[in-house]
Amino acid sequence: MTSDRTRLIREMVRIRVVEEVLADYYRDEQEMRTAIHFSIGQEATAVGVLSATTPRDWVYAAHRTHAPYLAKGGDLRALVAELYGRQDGCSHGRGGSIHVIDQSVGFAGSGAILGEMISVAVGTGWAFARSGESRVALTFFGDGATEEGVFAESLNIAAVQRIPVVFVCENNLYSISSPLTARQPAGTSIRGRAEAAGVRAAAADGNDVFAVREAAEAALRHCRAGNGPYLLELATYRWREHVGPGWDHHHGYRSKQEIDSWIGRCPIQRAVAEVRAEEPGIDDLVRQWQAESQEEIHAAVAYAKELPFPDVAGLLDGAYLPVGR
Amino acid sequence: MTVNRGVERELDMRTLTYWQAISEATVQCMQADERVLVVGEGVDDFRGTYGTTKEAFARFGPDRVVDVPNSENATAGLAVGAAVAGMRPLVVHTRADFMFLAMDALVNLAAKWRYMYGGDKGGAPVVMRGVVGRGWGQGATHSQSPHATFGHYAGLHVATPATPADAKGLLITALTSDTPTILIENRTLYPLTGEVPEEMTPVPFGVGRVARAGTDVTVVAASLMVHEAERAAEQLSAQGISVEVVDVRSIRPLDDTIICESVAKTGRLVVADTSWARYGFAAEVAAVVAERIPEALRSPVRRVTLPDCPAPVSWPLEEAFNPSATEIVKACLAVCDTTRSELPALETVTAGFQGPY
Ligand SMILES: Cc1ncc(C[n+]2csc(CCOP(=O)(O)OP(=O)(O)O)c2C)c(N)n1
Ligand SMILES: [Mg+2]
Repeated sequence: MTSDRTRLIREMVRIRVVEEVLADYYRDEQEMRTAIHFSIGQEATAVGVLSATTPRDWVYAAHRTHAPYLAKGGDLRALVAELYGRQDGCSHGRGGSIHVIDQSVGFAGSGAILGEMISVAVGTGWAFARSGESRVALTFFGDGATEEGVFAESLNIAAVQRIPVVFVCENNLYSISSPLTARQPAGTSIRGRAEAAGVRAAAADGNDVFAVREAAEAALRHCRAGNGPYLLELATYRWREHVGPGWDHHHGYRSKQEIDSWIGRCPIQRAVAEVRAEEPGIDDLVRQWQAESQEEIHAAVAYAKELPFPDVAGLLDGAYLPVGR
Repeated sequence: MTVNRGVERELDMRTLTYWQAISEATVQCMQADERVLVVGEGVDDFRGTYGTTKEAFARFGPDRVVDVPNSENATAGLAVGAAVAGMRPLVVHTRADFMFLAMDALVNLAAKWRYMYGGDKGGAPVVMRGVVGRGWGQGATHSQSPHATFGHYAGLHVATPATPADAKGLLITALTSDTPTILIENRTLYPLTGEVPEEMTPVPFGVGRVARAGTDVTVVAASLMVHEAERAAEQLSAQGISVEVVDVRSIRPLDDTIICESVAKTGRLVVADTSWARYGFAAEVAAVVAERIPEALRSPVRRVTLPDCPAPVSWPLEEAFNPSATEIVKACLAVCDTTRSELPALETVTAGFQGPY
């Protein structure tokens, strides 16, 4: 019953419910005082790729953190506590939504300066390779981040040094409100730029979790075999506003029809439709998972709110290790 | 209302917000000089960089208000190259932190261009605006105030406007000068209103302003901290302590004279800044006073600055992290001969801010 395919659906459902519930709390309470970027509609990329990794593979994310964090197995309660600025948050309230981490499962960190974690993942992959372990570093970033110079530099270094790193580009067609067409020339692709830099690359439908999973397996095999880096370009779409819990069709940079057409290509619905023949009870299962996830996230929020805030006396802790004279 | 500034002609004054003043300066400079271009990520979008680039885009369109790819490094070089070739690029960053990706072109090229090629071949007069993400929850990499970082390098001018009039006037000076210039704008200032001349009136760099006159202690401040100092001064005046607030307007060039004249009068100095103390604006002001009028100080200088850690997100930590009017009050009490060491805390400047960005 819990075939690999249904497990991927379950994971997407969980992330969707978690984020939708968080968005409501965020909007209604104004108590999560952190800039928040939801992945609602983009769950298949994180789940498809990261379900193929082991905890010993490390992944870095950009500013859209929750989906990759959860898909890698990151602790939900520690994430929610972080969003509420609590001491028990995964970054002890210092980092917020954009700086989350769970080293126990190989979620190695996230950063909100575009492109910075691309090169960092190359460095981690380099360290893995030097220690002779067959571990892989991965890095999630958007189409917009590929315009930063560090993307080109990272591809080149990774290729020439044959570093085991998987570059995962979630191409959702926008950088805030700028469409991809205004930022990258027609006739080019992110995948094509990787290939031109000597990095093996593949494109997949980022709303097809099974296709993503298959592509990720191929990428990881390639890296583990010592063949160097790999780039996955995954086409997907963000449903909500760039930052924050709301919808944004009224701002005019993209139409309601466009958003609706992508909602019609919902990665969860699509996967459910695909397995329905082999798994006739899938719709009931999805409803059950939704209810379970609702319960889980509401409980995590209630738990987070009971937790103490960091002690102000510890404000400086962590900036430096203690040093002697 | 009209005011007469010395021998100048009368100016037509209106009340504008800080962001409207920036917008007006941009539009007027673009109208006056067709070489002025606005360049930045999302400068053309519905938010228009907190409203500051919206009217320019509506008037001049995508040809002169140019949305660029997320390429801060190349954009800075692009601006240098365009400036060298006679254009007047105004590069806009929605967070000043992103300017760290533009450092090479700014520091290794723009700042040095004129000098490095002998001083007689022209300069690279790029202008760059960076927004400091004060509000709440912007954290370690989206709320830094890097004015002192840029102020360190000879060849650059750096402004930290605190009022709508200065936001307009300093930007006009930047866009009409031959020196590469950085303007750092604290987001908290955008809704602030003030009298602004309608005309395209420049405010010179290196000329500070006494924001409030006083006799007991001088608070030298930049940007947002000018307002925090004014609030502190108000509270202290009820205690019989008279605070003079000096707004430097630009941190490079720095108006040493206005600082020293004030401290010579009060004998006490507090410096307030939204960045760190070490090697920063507050350190520089203290050094100027120590070098020029060491005998004037009746008590040690106090710096009201950030604690030595990155910006935390969790709100109690963030409140403790950001220097405030309350801390300026404490510092003033400490340097004055008074038995009180603190007064009731003042409301934070960001009260009422709504997220997410
Ligand atoms: C160096 C830098 N420049 C600009 C920004 C502002 N910014 C934050 S997210 C974002 C959009 C990025 O788009 P993309 O990489 O496609 O990711 P998406 O938000 O679509 O997931 C921008 C421009 C930033 N954080 N860092
Ligand atoms: Mg994108």
